[in-house]
Amino acid sequence: MYDVARIRQDFPILSQPHPSGKPLVFLDSAASSQKPSVVIDAMTNYYRTQHANVHRGIYALSEAATHAYEAARDKVKSFINAEQREEIIFTSNTTGSINLIVQTWGRQNLENGNVVVLTAMEHHANIVPWQILAAEKGFQIKYIPVTSDYLLDLEVFERILSEGNVKAVSVGHVSNVLGTINPVEHIIERAHAFGAIAIVDGAQSVPHLPVDVQALDVDFYAFSGHKMCGPTGIGILYGKRHLLEAMPPWQGGGDMIARVTLEGATWNDLPYKFEAGTPAIAEAIGLGAAVDYLQGIGMEAIHQHEAELGVYARERLAEVEGVQCYNPAPPYASGVATFTLEGVHPHDLAQILDYEGVAVRAGHHCAMPLHREVLCIHASVRASFYLYSTREEVDTLIACLQVARQRFL
Amino acid sequence: MDIYQENILDHHRNPRNWKLLDPYDFHASDENPLCGDTLEITLRVDENDRVVAVGWDGHGCAISQAAASMLGEEIIGKTLDEIKQLDKDVVLDLIGIPLSVSRVKCALLSLKVLKSAVYNLESQQ
Repeated sequence: MYDVARIRQDFPILSQPHPSGKPLVFLDSAASSQKPSVVIDAMTNYYRTQHANVHRGIYALSEAATHAYEAARDKVKSFINAEQREEIIFTSNTTGSINLIVQTWGRQNLENGNVVVLTAMEHHANIVPWQILAAEKGFQIKYIPVTSDYLLDLEVFERILSEGNVKAVSVGHVSNVLGTINPVEHIIERAHAFGAIAIVDGAQSVPHLPVDVQALDVDFYAFSGHKMCGPTGIGILYGKRHLLEAMPPWQGGGDMIARVTLEGATWNDLPYKFEAGTPAIAEAIGLGAAVDYLQGIGMEAIHQHEAELGVYARERLAEVEGVQCYNPAPPYASGVATFTLEGVHPHDLAQILDYEGVAVRAGHHCAMPLHREVLCIHASVRASFYLYSTREEVDTLIACLQVARQRFL
Repeated sequence: MDIYQENILDHHRNPRNWKLLDPYDFHASDENPLCGDTLEITLRVDENDRVVAVGWDGHGCAISQAAASMLGEEIIGKTLDEIKQLDKDVVLDLIGIPLSVSRVKCALLSLKVLKSAVYNLESQQ
């Protein structure tokens, strides 16, 4: 039995009143999730009792910090079922992970005449790094279009592959705007069939669904700590070992070297080759606590709870005159409801909802091409749900929409 | 404080001078890339460089559009030099209630477009 009331007690911020005096209805977890006490406590405890730099000291505190930091890596490895701990690189966030891939694997392997395949529903983090390198190297970017039912057009994908020269395919597992759960298993399989590597942006999937990188056979998988109950400032890059071994380092500095002379340097082993400088130690420890917390509840249960809320929210939204939703139907839908309300600009709507204690996202959600070129709108409102979201919160959202509509008409 | 006071909603529902002028003496358009709000302005001036007509077009949130409507009414009869002296407080006073940092940008898009128009014309002369 999924006990959402019990889960909510784990998140101190959810019982804190909104400045309006009304209860906080937090529907922006796709931007960043709230944090359970176990994560906050793990980080506080580390700073109070264990803090020292990692991988350096011969003293007990440093060894304790190193142990806690590396234990977090093992937790992440198990969570996504990576084969080896060396395949888990700590970065700053999903954006940092994708930039690492582009600037190392991409810089080493892409040249004029090559093609990188992205999709029209990508977050800017999986578009702009590629555009920056393409401007320098001259490779081409092709985009899988989005169909009118908010899914990827796999026929066009197949055509792009058969046109040749595709070296990499990089897609979001779950769209941060549409909530579409993309068929990444199929996309990875087809990419491999054409000799391309497959990269998945998992920022919106790892927090919400069971993910098994070995079952997916994905080459690189990127995600963030802060969207999965962990702290900001830490992200993860999973990469297959043979690819990571062949890649040059990205940032140089301490910790990533084996030996340095005045003439040059050799690189440390994986995963440290890609972790230059003092890492986000407290954040890794907080992330480890978040992984334990999510596993304690169960990713399948969390996914089911959110998917049900998504269905309920879109049903209720359909009752509001003037609402248009931009989400696919199950089984491709997730716990996201993205919509516009006729006559009320998304920013005005978000502001009015805030007066009622309801926090939603308004804007292009870092997906300008999707909004302008696919949905043909400038902005939308997104309500996103997580393990602590409730049907009552959906009801509050709907009631507030009715009020907003009346005020603006 | 609720920023959707009756005067703002009134200007949002019935924006003033909401039709581009043809012909015009000055023109500019701009957008706020963060939220996608767009505004376009046309101005006609008399022989003394005094604004005799304003025409706006655009789309966006109630704050950006109402601010443009209010500002348009405010500048009719002003000279180009007087318009160049306008600062953000003019717009914020017209709005009349405190705005959060993110919404101040919405309100000031109109002033930015107006200033672009006025300075563009001068560079053409």
